[in-house]
Amino acid sequence: MDTIAIIQLYVFILAGFVGYQVITRVPPLLHTPLMSATNAISGISLVGSLVLAGSDHGRLSNILGFVAVTSATINVVGGFLITDRMLKMFKRDDGKAPRKSGGMH
Amino acid sequence: MVREVFIQAAYLASSVFFILGLRSLTKTDEARRGMNLAALGMLLAIVGTLVHQDIVRYDWIIAGLVVGTLIGYPMGMFVPMTAMPQRIAISHLFGALAATLVGIAEYWNLSHAGGVSRGTMAALGFEVLFGSLTVTGSFMAFGKLQEILPGRPITYPGQNAVNIALFLGTLGMFGYLVVHPEASTVFYVMAGLAFLIGIFMVLPIGGADMPVVISLLNSYAGLAASATGFAIGNNVLIIAGALDGASGFLLSILMSKAMNRSFGNILFGAFGSPVTAGGARSSVGLTTKSISAEDAAMQIGYAGLVIVVPGYGLAVSQAQHIVRELADLVEKRGGEVKYAIHPVAGRMPGHMNVLLAEANIPYDKLYDMDEINDQFAQADVAIVIGANDVVNPAARNDKSSPIYGMPILNADQAKSVIVLKRSMNPGFAGIENELFYDPRTSMLFGDAKASLSKLVAEIKTL
Repeated sequence: MDTIAIIQLYVFILAGFVGYQVITRVPPLLHTPLMSATNAISGISLVGSLVLAGSDHGRLSNILGFVAVTSATINVVGGFLITDRMLKMFKRDDGKAPRKSGGMH
Repeated sequence: MVREVFIQAAYLASSVFFILGLRSLTKTDEARRGMNLAALGMLLAIVGTLVHQDIVRYDWIIAGLVVGTLIGYPMGMFVPMTAMPQRIAISHLFGALAATLVGIAEYWNLSHAGGVSRGTMAALGFEVLFGSLTVTGSFMAFGKLQEILPGRPITYPGQNAVNIALFLGTLGMFGYLVVHPEASTVFYVMAGLAFLIGIFMVLPIGGADMPVVISLLNSYAGLAASATGFAIGNNVLIIAGALDGASGFLLSILMSKAMNRSFGNILFGAFGSPVTAGGARSSVGLTTKSISAEDAAMQIGYAGLVIVVPGYGLAVSQAQHIVRELADLVEKRGGEVKYAIHPVAGRMPGHMNVLLAEANIPYDKLYDMDEINDQFAQADVAIVIGANDVVNPAARNDKSSPIYGMPILNADQAKSVIVLKRSMNPGFAGIENELFYDPRTSMLFGDAKASLSKLVAEIKTL
């Protein structure tokens, strides 16, 4: 295994570890927004797709790249919009004292 | 050089923003701001990529961005909350499709330009395997949730043997490719088989197990993106993919724990097959007590504490708004209403929370199973709306039941229980529910939305 592959593996494992630590603390209340958020972030495949669609490796690469860019963009645009739409709906009860102490309302 | 520094700085910043965005989801009040940060991170990554030296033409890129935005915008803005599980399932398809196509094209280009190294082959193999099976698996999940395909498990004799053979065969090809990366036929056959695995994997899985499957596919889509990063040497792809992979993996663990089942059991078990249901206790000789809307309204209207237990039936009949109306009435009369949310109620993690939030029910009234289970004993009425297995006492006390050991909501401990149900057909898993035969339980038959409307009208006349 060459050095680059080892560094990549480090990055992967550490990022997975950070992700696990962070996501463990997401309350079940927000598990659906969490899924749509990770969907939006998985649109990062766009990074690879853009290079493919804009390369000069021939028509096939460009067409596959175009489909990939389209799919990834659907996830980015749709994913962030729908996550925001959902998060906007979660409101505290303003009329009464909040159940958990320390709330700002 | 300057260009490379700019690109890497953009990628590093976007990786940090993604992590901060996900972290913001731990606090409901900060979540929206955090996700805007993550969106900014995405924009940075895109801008950084657009100046990449390998990009020589922008026509296909612009076309893809425009078409993707035109499709993505309505999918973000107009899909109703009740359709959220299938919406999430289909978006796993898009994410995985992008990764798969990049992987296939990368293999094609490399093998026509001097050959693929073994390390790159390993990365491309993972990318195409995870990607392809997520594409078709997500499509199957979408089809079942959208009811294009039958929602019940589809099984046939020898199914597990076929699946295992297919899986091992594909793995064998992958191993061969790492040693002989130039065997392009094997590569394309392997990609094709991975598409088949996705289909066969989801066929035997029933609707009630969808939360686990959707989480698992979420994880695979992330891992496919990560593998893309390994293949093309891009750290932001590796990081974002690992975050998604970890998230999906964690959710699948939580969901299987909430059903007291292992991954293997869900993937190879075909839960709802009639064979397993035969082991459950028979309901012959037991009778249920049905109740009129008028009497039910009387109980609810004069209750001090009402706990609502929502299930998939609530989503199906889109009854979330009328639930809120009922709760408002009870509260106006001096009662208190709480909502008990089982982790696997509905068809995906957090499904019920989103539906109830859509109906403007404040989130501090939504309680997780562990928070509320001790409070059922104080509740005057528990209203079970379209939920079944998550309140079935057999999970606690019937060792022969397929759901034995699954943590459940203690609805049966409430002073009285009103079950809103369409008919006496057993639930999705085909298991009889003792709660329905409990002397304290009354059944209010009919569509959940219609029944709740009647209850609201009756309580108004009290």
